[in-house]
Amino acid sequence: MIRSEIIKSIVPVIRDHLVVCNIGLPSQELFMHEDKPSNFYMLGTMGLSSSIGLGLALAQQAKVIAIDGDGSVLTNLGTLPTIANNVADNFILLIVDNGSYGSTGDQPTYAGKKTSLAAVAKACGCENVVECQAEETADVLREAIASDRMTIIVSKCESGNVPVSVIDLDPAVIRHRFMQEVATRNA
Amino acid sequence: MTVHQEIAESLARNRVEFVTTVPCKQLAGVIELVERDPRFMHVPANKEDEGMGLCAGAFMGGKRACIIMQNTALGVTINAITTLIQYYSIPLPMLISYRGEVGEKVACQVEMAVHTKALLAQLKIPTYHFHESDAVGELDGILNHAFMAKKPVAILMDAHFWGAA
Repeated sequence: MIRSEIIKSIVPVIRDHLVVCNIGLPSQELFMHEDKPSNFYMLGTMGLSSSIGLGLALAQQAKVIAIDGDGSVLTNLGTLPTIANNVADNFILLIVDNGSYGSTGDQPTYAGKKTSLAAVAKACGCENVVECQAEETADVLREAIASDRMTIIVSKCESGNVPVSVIDLDPAVIRHRFMQEVATRNA
Repeated sequence: MTVHQEIAESLARNRVEFVTTVPCKQLAGVIELVERDPRFMHVPANKEDEGMGLCAGAFMGGKRACIIMQNTALGVTINAITTLIQYYSIPLPMLISYRGEVGEKVACQVEMAVHTKALLAQLKIPTYHFHESDAVGELDGILNHAFMAKKPVAILMDAHFWGAA
């Protein structure tokens, strides 16, 4: 199973929640499978999906799922201690770990070699860390949402991509409609 | 009231509720106030671009956010400023200790100080330089301006402002 198939499989699980989605192919795949105003697509800024998601979760009540990648988490590894020490029980970080920089041509990451992001997250102090296989992701995510506890999920999958189009939405539109969703959920 | 207290009061008056910080010796007093003041949610960041991600999320969550940082870190934030904060029109006051100005004791800090204003100008970030301690009275207007314009703004506070020069 590759990342695109994971994203397709979790669409029914995440569609009622606020989603912050990582730069590049993950956002384009989510946009292709199901575009919703409650999806915040990152059009740039590699590495900050988990940080944006945590800030959003700390600032308001609704559930937030940040979809991230192993390469992006490695880029912003300082995010894991910040998450661990600022617990938001409405926050779930889903790291799709295909061991490669998928959007740039599948160059290998260290997460596909000796480095375990689940072990790193635990060492940083994250209390609920689940590593799962790609096929289990939707079920694990559903359980994490129901648990009302901040959870870090590392979903191990295969490297590979499918052809997708770029997201034809202006950033101001993405932000504006997303903030309207946030306001509605916190009214 | 100390300049540290005046900065914290100005943030509160302007309804800033979420503050992320990366420490600097000159900012220690402000950071301590923000940490213990229940009007603020204080989330220390490990790196300034990470802090900008936290601020972007908090703003979209309905809380006005600001980052408190040192000018030496400006380089690592350029991508976050341009592709997140500016691209999505997110207001972000950046309270920056302006290390490397007159009164500085660490020579290496001067190396980044000479680039600070040029980088901010290149990024088209409205920039305000606090030199005299009474400049803190301008902070209310600057914060209001940032949230009105939905832009990052930089407030550079040098050693003389902090009373160290």
